[in-house]
Amino acid sequence: MKAIITVVGKDTVGILATISGKCADYKVNVLEVTQSILQDMFCMIMLIDLKDCTIPYTDFSDKITEEGTKKNLVVHVMHEDIFNSMHRI
Amino acid sequence: MINTRDILETINMIQDENLDIRTITMGISLLDCIDSSADKSCNKIYDKICKKAENLVKTGEDIEKEYGIPIINKRISVTPIAMIAAASGDDPIKYARILDKAAKEVNVNFIGGYSALVQKGFASGDEKLIISIPEALATTERLCSSVNIGSTKTGINMDAVKLMGQIIKKSAELTKDNGLVGPSKLVVFCNAVEDNPFMAGAFHGAGEPDCVINVGVSGPGVVRAALSKIPDADITEVAELVKRTAFKITRVGQLVAHESSRRLNVPFGIVDLSLAPTPAVGDSVAHILEEMGLESCGACGTTACLALLNDAVKKGGVMASSHVGGLSGAFIPVSEDAGMIDAVRSKNLSIEKLEAMTAVCSVGLDMIAIPGDTPAEVISGIIADEAAIGMVNSKTTAVRVIPAIGLKDGEEIEFGGLFGLSPIMKVSTASPAKFINRGGRIPAPLQSLKN
Repeated sequence: MKAIITVVGKDTVGILATISGKCADYKVNVLEVTQSILQDMFCMIMLIDLKDCTIPYTDFSDKITEEGTKKNLVVHVMHEDIFNSMHRI
Repeated sequence: MINTRDILETINMIQDENLDIRTITMGISLLDCIDSSADKSCNKIYDKICKKAENLVKTGEDIEKEYGIPIINKRISVTPIAMIAAASGDDPIKYARILDKAAKEVNVNFIGGYSALVQKGFASGDEKLIISIPEALATTERLCSSVNIGSTKTGINMDAVKLMGQIIKKSAELTKDNGLVGPSKLVVFCNAVEDNPFMAGAFHGAGEPDCVINVGVSGPGVVRAALSKIPDADITEVAELVKRTAFKITRVGQLVAHESSRRLNVPFGIVDLSLAPTPAVGDSVAHILEEMGLESCGACGTTACLALLNDAVKKGGVMASSHVGGLSGAFIPVSEDAGMIDAVRSKNLSIEKLEAMTAVCSVGLDMIAIPGDTPAEVISGIIADEAAIGMVNSKTTAVRVIPAIGLKDGEEIEFGGLFGLSPIMKVSTASPAKFINRGGRIPAPLQSLKN
């Protein structure tokens, strides 16, 4: 399954490295990344593939969110279908 | 990849605008639990509910986590117990207790279906069940009850209207020391629907399959936030925007309904696309109406705004789901809606205006606290008026009023949680007693020559 990670928060060094590092730890493949900085706010969206993920999806989601909280970032990991169904007919 | 703006819009809807799935409700037929004695029947009911709904809460929580969308309630609706009690016999309270016990076992927060359908008259068991409602609601925790007293096809059963006035009053008296939970879990319907997932009026109709998943979506905050971005647009654009927003909200409901039905291996029934407010800030239907340009909900123009909203929500939602059903539209409960509470406090919203609004909203007079000394006949009069609106307009209407024992017009009562708080609303004290005591039936209305 594919999911989308969104990260929003104050820009600091190493956000991308931290999140993608965590993905690598659990063999989660990063397919695409977009990021922008709007008035000091860092906003990153990452499309990931969890087919080889070594831990259950919900645990992975908890780990990533936890990692984000440590850095004062708001992180969401959501199944891509919620976006597909809402925005595509 | 999906557009960044779309992703952020979805997250914003959930995070800041209170978009949620209000309920996943599993409808369970109890017709096959009928047996030669009430005890045998109750055992079968308990076993069936516990087996069918074993994974309901867990599945809801899993979906919530995976998709990142809050699913607030997991509930169960069952076949109207009047039918089961009529066949298996004995005291209906036994069934109430077993339903409550089963609800606790599978950890759902409400179970609906302590119900009777008496729109044309009382069948065996119906009257007995209705009379037992106050005790059933006072001695259980999670049980909800509803009674259908009229329909467009049959007219209104005035004997039932009279009885329900007394039942609501008695239910309030029995739970006066317990936050008046009795009447807040009791709904009197005209044109009740069989697949409604929302409490307290949910029951599993006799025409429904053995087990089914119905999902209720919500999101008044999302609609209000969308409208706040077009403060000067004309009403056509307003309606279009509500439609587009309702479409997006309903798509999420459809996804959750489809996914929970697959995981539980239970057929998908319907998505109920209702705007159901909560007392939380930013989750109010009244605020949507105010966003359209009213100084306060209840101002002249409120009914027109609500008609637009109700219709646009349905139009946007029907294309987003393969099966739309339930009540679908905008709910206008007073105690559960911060904007409605403010409108009542500022005396801009009266019970008469609410009655007019129910002619164009999805249900009826909902969660309204009235003075505790309101006579049963007056409550019956409110029910009759509301049922007449539903009967003539071929729509569902309902009454869930709460006689606030010991309190008077102008005071306030706090229900807590999702039920919110309500100022006590003034009700006309002129007596309809003679009319109510006549009994009989209001004949079904003409379905042609409509002007």
